[in-house]
Amino acid sequence: MEANYPLFQIIDKDGEVTSADYQDLLTEEQAKTYYYHMLRIRTYDHKGIALQRQGRIGTYVPFEGQEGSQVGSALALQNDDWLFPTYRDHGATLTFGADLNRMLLHWNGRIEGCVPSLEKNIFPASIPIATHLPHAAGAAMAETYKGTKNAAIAYFGDGATSEGDFHEGLNIASVFNAPVVFFNQNNGFAISLPVKKQMNSETIAQKAEAYGIPGKRVDGMDVFAVNFVVKEALERARNGEGPTLIEAVTWRFGAHTTADDPSKYRDQAASDATREERDPVLRLERFMKKQNMWDDAWVASIKEEIQEELDTAVSDMESYEKANSDVMFDYVFEKPAWTIEEQKKNFNALKGGMF
Amino acid sequence: MVQTMIKTKPLTLIQAINDGLKVMLTEDENTLILGEDIGKNGGVFRATVGLQEQFGEQRVVDTPLSEAGFVGAAVGMALNGLRPIVEIQFLGFIYPAFEQIATHVTRTRTRTMGHYSLPMVIRAPYGAGVRSPEIHSDSVEALFTHLPGIKVVCPSNAYDAKGLVIAAIEDPDPVMFLEPMRLYRGERNDVPEEKYTVEIGKGKRLQEGEDVSILAWGAMIPVALKAAEKMKKENISCDVIDLRTLYPLDRDIIAESVQKTGRAVIVHEAHATGGVGAEITSVINDTSFLYLRSPIERVTGFDVPIPLFALENNYLPTPERVVHSIKKVVEF
Repeated sequence: MEANYPLFQIIDKDGEVTSADYQDLLTEEQAKTYYYHMLRIRTYDHKGIALQRQGRIGTYVPFEGQEGSQVGSALALQNDDWLFPTYRDHGATLTFGADLNRMLLHWNGRIEGCVPSLEKNIFPASIPIATHLPHAAGAAMAETYKGTKNAAIAYFGDGATSEGDFHEGLNIASVFNAPVVFFNQNNGFAISLPVKKQMNSETIAQKAEAYGIPGKRVDGMDVFAVNFVVKEALERARNGEGPTLIEAVTWRFGAHTTADDPSKYRDQAASDATREERDPVLRLERFMKKQNMWDDAWVASIKEEIQEELDTAVSDMESYEKANSDVMFDYVFEKPAWTIEEQKKNFNALKGGMF
Repeated sequence: MVQTMIKTKPLTLIQAINDGLKVMLTEDENTLILGEDIGKNGGVFRATVGLQEQFGEQRVVDTPLSEAGFVGAAVGMALNGLRPIVEIQFLGFIYPAFEQIATHVTRTRTRTMGHYSLPMVIRAPYGAGVRSPEIHSDSVEALFTHLPGIKVVCPSNAYDAKGLVIAAIEDPDPVMFLEPMRLYRGERNDVPEEKYTVEIGKGKRLQEGEDVSILAWGAMIPVALKAAEKMKKENISCDVIDLRTLYPLDRDIIAESVQKTGRAVIVHEAHATGGVGAEITSVINDTSFLYLRSPIERVTGFDVPIPLFALENNYLPTPERVVHSIKKVVEF
């Protein structure tokens, strides 16, 4: 079965172009855009871990290793498309246009961090597994109903494919020919469970066959390949050809969350040893050097720019006004219920001076 | 003075729901219905009969057998500007969608600080007494009244059913709309042909009385009324309240009635423990403790899975059990 779903790749581990058909499309501008976004979210990711270690934010979910998948896919979207992420896809949402300051607020336990930017359709990260796949199908169906050409993308991991909502989301989307891309990032582990123990099928892409939709398998460490495959799937969706299931084969170098110890279930030294071969940022760097697209001064300047942006966002997050308890009461209903109004009133009367 | 006559027609509860759905499908093209067998078949109880024919397959959508799938799709539609109405074939089939309701339907507005509201309605027939198979008879309204972020409504007659279903569809928040299937075709009421609403969160006094308050909803209303009728012979008069909305409860009507009678009997067919009756007891405690002349009585289903129909009449509250409790509170 794996042979039916070959891993699509454009640039190999050494930065060599493996698919000559694409050579002309690999422009310096594209490469620089990808490199900038991958460097940006990696810098942010490292900072997230550091902030958690210092007790300045809560539990954090790292994604190092998945930058190629997240940047390649997010940059394939158009402005009015919908993005349905999981808690590990903040790299993708930042790339699509989520607000960095709000993102940090979210990790700092602030509900303000779930509010999407007004310009982009980004649903807050799904915490339950696979439940947002039907949402993406529904949002996409609504776009068809409204007669637009907008599409939706849902991100999910390998573990999500064992959940019922994975099946229900793909089935509904395929039955109604919804313009949606189901973008799986197979990073090898669902917390501690390796994918081999998650499922008996050789690939995730092959599951598409059960729904009568195309399934694609792509090297998730190759940002160019991911971008082409996702763009193609979105194009199909916009043309009324329905959903696509994409399996981006990737890797998380770090832990499931900052509360997780991966050395309990896998050899972290062996994982680190694969960085040389698999790191999507390094691979793009090698490609750019081989193609004479690399410019040290430019890299230094974007590094500085990214660091400055991040430092400002962290400082904004830390100087953000104190959380107001009214927030937990005020948004449950648009038309208030007396129970909540009363609880809010009583709490506020009681708390004066207590907190 | 010229009086405008309101045109009415005699409808069953289920016809009134069909009428309410038709009004809203006609008025707002962003309203659409999703569910199993609701199109050509018109729903297993015929709540949607004729609607697909009139409004097309894009508006009255036959979905795969997939409760989590289509409740989840409705979430996506609602946040993207549509007003989906979901039909669950029987409330007992809602369990696969419970995760969608608990983790998304009820909290999307809160977690996005109002950026995404979900103006959606989930309709579900519920209740025992129609000799249906296992699971089909469940009445688990308390699972939903316990979840912050969804309103729970339960009409007991055709007039309220049409007015409440329209109010539910127009409500900007998610509403769980429970339909007592035992009353679907029990009787006909005069229902206005035009659009009207019954306010969510308001109960209704069905019968004025002085000695005891009977608080009930849905399929227990005829049971409560029968018990009240029996009490008349013993010169005990009952204030019968149809709560109509289970979240948020109409605290005012409960307090007003109990403060007048000093006694309360709550009737629901759902299991006793953790049921809405316990919440009503608490409302009475908060508002009317010093008016009480006896402990509050609850007449409910038992804390057992609803039995197969050979025993369902043993499970369900009867007028006799309600009479027993009324006598208990009066003679206390």
